Amino acid sequence: MNKITILQNGRIIDPANKVDTKGDLWLQNGRIMAPESSIPAEARCINLQGQWIVPGLIDMHVHLREPGEEYKENIASGTLAAATGGFTAVACMPNTRPVNDTASVTRFILEQASRGSARVYPVGAISKGSGGLGLAEYGELKAAGVVAVTDDGLPVIDSQLMRRALEYAASHGLPVISHSEEMALSRNGVMNEGLVSTRLGLRGIPVEAESIMVYRELALAELTGHHVHIAHVSTAVATDLIRQAKKRGLKVTAETAPHYFTLTEEAVAGYNTNAKMNPPLRTEMDRQAIRMGLQDGTFDAIATDHAPHSVLEKQVEFDRAANGIIGLETSLPLSLALVRDGLIDAMRLIELMSTAPARILGVAGGALAIGDVADITVIDPARQFVLTEDAIVSRSKNSPFLGWPLQGKAVLTFVGGRLTYDDLPR
Amino acid sequence: MTKEYRFQHKHLLEMGQLTAEDMLYILAIARSFKEISARSIKKVPTLRGKTIINFFFEPSTRTRLSFEIAAKRMSADTFNVSASTSSAQKGETLIDTARNLEAMNPDIIILRHPSSGSSMLLSQHVNAAIINGCDGTHEHPSQGLLDLMTVMEHKGRIEGLTIAIIGDIAHSRVAHSDIIGFTRLGAHVRVAGPATFMPSQVESLGAQVCTTTAEAVAGADVVMALRIQQERQHDPLIPSLREYACFYGVNRKLLELAHKDVLIMHPGPINRGVEMSPDVADGAGSVILEQVANGVAIRMALLYLIMGGDKGGVVN
Repeated sequence: MNKITILQNGRIIDPANKVDTKGDLWLQNGRIMAPESSIPAEARCINLQGQWIVPGLIDMHVHLREPGEEYKENIASGTLAAATGGFTAVACMPNTRPVNDTASVTRFILEQASRGSARVYPVGAISKGSGGLGLAEYGELKAAGVVAVTDDGLPVIDSQLMRRALEYAASHGLPVISHSEEMALSRNGVMNEGLVSTRLGLRGIPVEAESIMVYRELALAELTGHHVHIAHVSTAVATDLIRQAKKRGLKVTAETAPHYFTLTEEAVAGYNTNAKMNPPLRTEMDRQAIRMGLQDGTFDAIATDHAPHSVLEKQVEFDRAANGIIGLETSLPLSLALVRDGLIDAMRLIELMSTAPARILGVAGGALAIGDVADITVIDPARQFVLTEDAIVSRSKNSPFLGWPLQGKAVLTFVGGRLTYDDLPR
Repeated sequence: MTKEYRFQHKHLLEMGQLTAEDMLYILAIARSFKEISARSIKKVPTLRGKTIINFFFEPSTRTRLSFEIAAKRMSADTFNVSASTSSAQKGETLIDTARNLEAMNPDIIILRHPSSGSSMLLSQHVNAAIINGCDGTHEHPSQGLLDLMTVMEHKGRIEGLTIAIIGDIAHSRVAHSDIIGFTRLGAHVRVAGPATFMPSQVESLGAQVCTTTAEAVAGADVVMALRIQQERQHDPLIPSLREYACFYGVNRKLLELAHKDVLIMHPGPINRGVEMSPDVADGAGSVILEQVANGVAIRMALLYLIMGGDKGGVVN
């Protein structure tokens, strides 16, 4: 019989079961078990006074770069970064080389992930090769282990293709994730269009490049009656469109990323390529609107859009630099700031970072009931640290938060009862 | 009121980094150097033994030659590297190429590059002083300074003047540098052109946006037209050069609205008959070729100051 682990004296936060209480959590055989009347002598007891015990965090939007761009990240390094950041599971986007548009690529990813430090849920492509012409084989992809489809990184330009994707994916029980971008408006743009882009002489991407496409996706969700998930929302206008759509009862869910509620376009000053991503950082007004959306339930999830790039893509001219930043190791402290700021409570934070992503993707985790899989994150909300390049576990170091003092971090991460990260002082 | 002043900048990356005091000082030095170009022996030994590289990723006649002449008149050794002959063609990154140039110990690298911010990037990776010879659609600071010098020579001041800049403001690094330079020295800058040529929130730079050229030119002391580029693929900015010339071209009739002693400026190269009619370019008040002449003096001053030749001075 497997040894029992008892997490003692922690603050147990379990949004799925509306629990926020001080207590112990018993684990055995990779699952949460009912406590026994007395503590067995051989049990491993871990005192977690002052720490939070929460269902394992799930990042539903990451790029692991394998296969194809392993010099930026691979599944081993990406899942280790996930475990370090308190994540027990990640959903990886299909824009690898080759694109994850066939079962064989999905199986390869899962094979690599079987030796990793977090669960990996592959997301398949909407269209073959994400080329925007014809549907990928969702039935086969689903059977191989795909949990959703998206052409992330590229919008689906053809509205009819998007309509068919929503319909056909629904038939296979797969959510469709939309990277919402009207390319004709964003073409050649490298940052938010506005005051800062004018000052820096950089070509701008207007807010409307996002909101026009978000509106189309919502309209197609209404037309088809099927679920659409809007990825990495960056603007006030799109937030409001999603809020209104939810009020009307549309099947829409949405995520935003820590950088959109933490930074603004001002971070680009000095041509900082670590502040370049797509969609771009917006204005303070947008940042505030994103925070309101997190508070009022417009956003279901916080996802990082973890996008590793090496110095080859980042130590170059700003307009030639690749889009994207890493996020797995900074998401938790940046999101905990929302709790410290009084914007949301701890229960809502864990809902955003664990329970809701599990529900949207239809995967295990996100709850701490007896019998549930023992995917657990222990958080020290008071731990302070400064993010340094040396400390980053991800193979790429492209973070705009380098040098930032951060507060709150994962100290223990369990995946199926297995310890994948341990930074608990003993 | 005078006080001790010292030019403190290692690099010249943008007008935005210069205070009004800096600009006036550069103009004063340039004015004192201008006379060198009028001598029969056009050479002083000031920068003897200094190595200056013109590192140009974009075609340029005026700016490159102007920097080269400025350097040579001050006895520096100059070398030209252009994108078509450099390793950039072989896929070498900007930083790598620059580091290799650096290994040959240049004192100043003058960079012209199509990416905004490229000069700043270079300044973070090499020890040589960097002068921005214009970067993308960001800035062209030496042009901004020579424009200030030209206006100053004719008007005796910048403060209180009204400057009208007409054309493609959004894609013009010259406009950007001029707006900053003229407003920082107290002029009132108006910009005009079709809305497709106006950058987002251009007012934030200090310019007043006019809906018509007539509004911009009314009572103006200086009228500057910018070079219009051919229509860009995927981005229909104007229907045709013909229509642009009809509605936004600077011609004699338009200039009747300006101040009677209006100065006519253009950063070149001119599309005659498009943004400016030929009689205006060559006619009364045109200082377009003086801009070019002053360019050499400004660049001599910049090379001199960047090399730390300045022993400090007094500025009003």
